[in-house]
Amino acid sequence: MTAPLIEGRGLILSFGNERVLDNVTLSINAGEIMTLIGPNGAGKSTLVKTLLGLQQADQGEVTRKPGLRIGYVPQKLAIDQVLPMTVKRFLTLTRSASRSDCQKVLEQVGASHVIDTQMSSLSGGETQRVMLARTLLLRPELLVLDEPTQGVDVTGQAELYRLIDDIRAELNCAVLMISHDLHLVMAKTDQVVCFNRHVCCSGIPETVRQHPEYRSLFGNQAADAIGIYTHAHDHEHDLAGHIVEGGHDHGHSHDHGHHHGDHHGSGHVHGPGCAHGHHHHEEEIDEKDRIWRPE
Amino acid sequence: MDDFLTRAVIGGILLAFVCGPFGAFIVWRRMAFFGDTLAHSALLGVALGLLVGVDVRIGMIATCLAAALILAIGQRQSRLGSDTVLGMLAHSTLALGMVALAFVQGIAVDLMAYLFGDILAVNVSDIWLLGLGGGLALLVLIWMWRPLLALTVSPEIAAAESIPVERLRLVFMLLMALVIGMAIKIVGVLLITALLIVPAASARFFARTPEQMAIGAALFGAASVMAGISLSWHVDSPAGPSIVISAAGLFLLSGVVAPLMRRIRA
Repeated sequence: MTAPLIEGRGLILSFGNERVLDNVTLSINAGEIMTLIGPNGAGKSTLVKTLLGLQQADQGEVTRKPGLRIGYVPQKLAIDQVLPMTVKRFLTLTRSASRSDCQKVLEQVGASHVIDTQMSSLSGGETQRVMLARTLLLRPELLVLDEPTQGVDVTGQAELYRLIDDIRAELNCAVLMISHDLHLVMAKTDQVVCFNRHVCCSGIPETVRQHPEYRSLFGNQAADAIGIYTHAHDHEHDLAGHIVEGGHDHGHSHDHGHHHGDHHGSGHVHGPGCAHGHHHHEEEIDEKDRIWRPE
Repeated sequence: MDDFLTRAVIGGILLAFVCGPFGAFIVWRRMAFFGDTLAHSALLGVALGLLVGVDVRIGMIATCLAAALILAIGQRQSRLGSDTVLGMLAHSTLALGMVALAFVQGIAVDLMAYLFGDILAVNVSDIWLLGLGGGLALLVLIWMWRPLLALTVSPEIAAAESIPVERLRLVFMLLMALVIGMAIKIVGVLLITALLIVPAASARFFARTPEQMAIGAALFGAASVMAGISLSWHVDSPAGPSIVISAAGLFLLSGVVAPLMRRIRA
């Protein structure tokens, strides 16, 4: 295996007295899709900013592959009214491209009609697509998406995931995606990392297809693109994010016999080895109990 | 270039061309108050220049650069809001400048000329300074145009895509200081901000891209200079304020004309 594109080792960061990153170790390999999930305020964006070099960690080390090309799609892009900017001009923000190339990538993301539109008059969904189109022009090795599905319904989410998958197929790049949705992730995710100031657990998602109920709920189209992530925590966080004793959280059963009861305390990190218990339970647990159900 | 009017027009138009693209960035980056603060500090430069015995233009450029550096470092470490930091520096340097000027012996300083500019007193060396210094500032700005614009749109995108964000910010501040330091002789401490932001604001009505707005700002600035000088010539009004009034008039006119043009085109 070649060296990872980005690797963070033992990252520690505090804002005032608040420890936001607590000894985090994480790496992203070439071509891998990683989804970083966690509740609001868990420090997901801070972690990504630290990995990208936008934020300096107090301790720990970030190594990047030299000359790594990163395409970054921020959570929100608010271009001020005072700055006139057509979509075409935005696409060439950091790198020049011909009009026909711009048109081509806009067609790929299904936004071919906006090339001469002002950025400030685009809808949220259109802005998202235009930002994705821009990364297609950049041809990055790593695509970083900060909550791309925020405010998008399940169908739109499935569509977006398919688009991201197409982009990855074309660019052959790695994808790092942040999501605040704790249970529904992109089905093609290679690794889901549940993060709340530290890596709580990580693993691979199950496809919705395995859950007939969801399949009928989302429709067949969406079901193929969306995956379900089943958490395997051995601790809980209180409202302030501190670790407290306990078996599980998120209100679903995790009682499947893989507890590491001795891991409580602030230095706690679960590595990728914690992707346990998803496919090989000895006791059959009713599927319906294991997954989160929408209210 | 014997004629003072010719020199005024040449100097003013040179300045307008430099101020246009800079003004556009100042408007986009919301740095109008920052520019104003640098201009205020220039009066201290006049006093220092006279006390030390160097050219006052050198003194003005030097204090503007120093103020920019202080702000670049100070704003990052301060707990105060940036408007507070700027306001404190602006007024304390202005006051310090006035006090220092009172101690300059034997030379009657025409304070009004520094506050409101004296474009009709532009001499050949001023034009050389503007042409070379302004040209240099403009060249550097064009050279860093794309990354600086990316930084203006989104510092996160810029940094993620390996643009040296902090260095660019600092270089832009220093360039602004250079331009403002050179401009004060022409439009004065109190009017330089207007010459930077008003033409850019007028150009906003017509521009569809950042580049169109920058070029438009240069053209609006040049038109304001010409209109202001002729206003001054015909009704014997002070030249600096007349230029600013012309710029404001062009802004109002643009606000009326631009929607009409759009309606005709549609």
